[in-house]
Amino acid sequence: MSTQVISRTRTTGEPGRHILRYTLSERIHHWVGFLFYAYCLITGLAFWSPYMFWLATIVGGGPTARFWHPILGVAFAGSMFWMYGMWKRDMQITEADRRWKAAIKNYIENEDQNLPPEGRFNYGQKLFFWLMFWGVIFLLISGIGLWFVESIPWSLRWLRYLCVFLHVSAALATIGGFIIHVYMGTAMVRGGFSSIIRGEVTADWARTHHRLWYEEVVKGRPPGSTR
Amino acid sequence: MSQAATEIVRISGHAGSVPGAGIDREFAVCKLIDTTTCIGCKACEVACLEWNGYTFSETTFNNSYQTMPETAWNYWNLIKFNEHETEDGNLMLLMRKDQCMHCADPGCLVACPSDAAIVQYANGIVDFQEANCIGCGYCVTGCPFNIPKFSPTAKKVFKCTLCNDRVSQGLEPACIKTCPTGCLHFGTKAEMKELAETRARQLRDHSGHRNAGVYDPEGVGGTHVIYVLHDATNPEAYGGLPKDPHIPWVVRFWKGPAKWIGNLALLGGLLGVTLHYFRYGPKEVHPEKGDNGGKP
Repeated sequence: MSTQVISRTRTTGEPGRHILRYTLSERIHHWVGFLFYAYCLITGLAFWSPYMFWLATIVGGGPTARFWHPILGVAFAGSMFWMYGMWKRDMQITEADRRWKAAIKNYIENEDQNLPPEGRFNYGQKLFFWLMFWGVIFLLISGIGLWFVESIPWSLRWLRYLCVFLHVSAALATIGGFIIHVYMGTAMVRGGFSSIIRGEVTADWARTHHRLWYEEVVKGRPPGSTR
Repeated sequence: MSQAATEIVRISGHAGSVPGAGIDREFAVCKLIDTTTCIGCKACEVACLEWNGYTFSETTFNNSYQTMPETAWNYWNLIKFNEHETEDGNLMLLMRKDQCMHCADPGCLVACPSDAAIVQYANGIVDFQEANCIGCGYCVTGCPFNIPKFSPTAKKVFKCTLCNDRVSQGLEPACIKTCPTGCLHFGTKAEMKELAETRARQLRDHSGHRNAGVYDPEGVGGTHVIYVLHDATNPEAYGGLPKDPHIPWVVRFWKGPAKWIGNLALLGGLLGVTLHYFRYGPKEVHPEKGDNGGKP
């Protein structure tokens, strides 16, 4: 086996061959993005509803939350754009995705044996990636409008209202994706969470969930990315 | 303390009428600005700055009497000048004292996300509590009159308080106190409304201002600052006084139905993934037949 298929047990705790699924760089960028997103999520929910305003307290109080929310929001956009550069090719929708999408009911109901094989990322993961990518673009543009609201002239105040609407809509959409992403990465697809921390999955895991990618890897294609 | 607790309605064993019965106390206050007698002296601006502890701001020149384009976080009261040409070719120099209107239905308060950063008192005053302000600027978006202004230094938003600190001590606001022409009046909403209507009628009947009227916009539930205008059909001419101000519908939607739709969607998402786990559980990894992946 080439270097990406490693025989050891130290990261997943399971015996058998292990495959490098995420490079160190990918893992770091994922978690840097998570930190920025989590901060914006907590503070954003605080600004969203009076019933969640207490969330601002756990990150230093309302004014502190308000001070950092836009700054870390821009940082999140930066990390998202980095992930875009890193993953954009892996995230293109392919013919395999379309076949998989048609059978998505089997995936939801855990009838995975009836699913067509998928590449490195399945259609759902790609959908989440593009949801976050476009969500961030809308959040960034509308967020700048909310940040410097008085810089939008009074005569163009419809832009202020548009910014509020877009920011809220895009935020809710990303939160919906985020809930599913966290659920699937931790509870539903076991092994996914450890793979984004230490980078490795078992060969069985790779074959079960991403057969096309597995086959490419064992043929000796470079790990991590198509780049 | 509610004054109602000290008002007597009935007295036991009392011959004759109850003293004080029938007195109607109106708590709602109101500032009346008669634009037809304003001379644009800006004394109200100075009084406002003095009482609230601000210094005069740098002025700008734009070929008119306008000293700065709009109110600022540390300049709550500004005369808006407009050289207005009437339909019959006459020139009118319209002057309007611009400040917070103290709406009965305040857009700033509706938009504000911070607990107790904006309060509305029973007397109608809408006041910012800067200690609770987080500086998000949502009130800037919610206001139909372009009044709340963000201070980059304090990182909080400021506006006219209708001199809440003076009014609560039985004094009139600083601008009223200083006005040399008497174009500013302060009293109960009912009194001011009556005075304004009287003045408007006088303008219509005796001064040839056939469209004279009172500006107390219904769209925001009425305001606790009202105007007498020479031409109530064209408030826009008075430095952009909106004809039919109301809280922007986006702000209404955002703070109303969107909140519930969004919260239900979030709860639905959390509930959905939980139910999915209960019903289907985690995915299983299938070892390949004839290849146990190196397992013993």
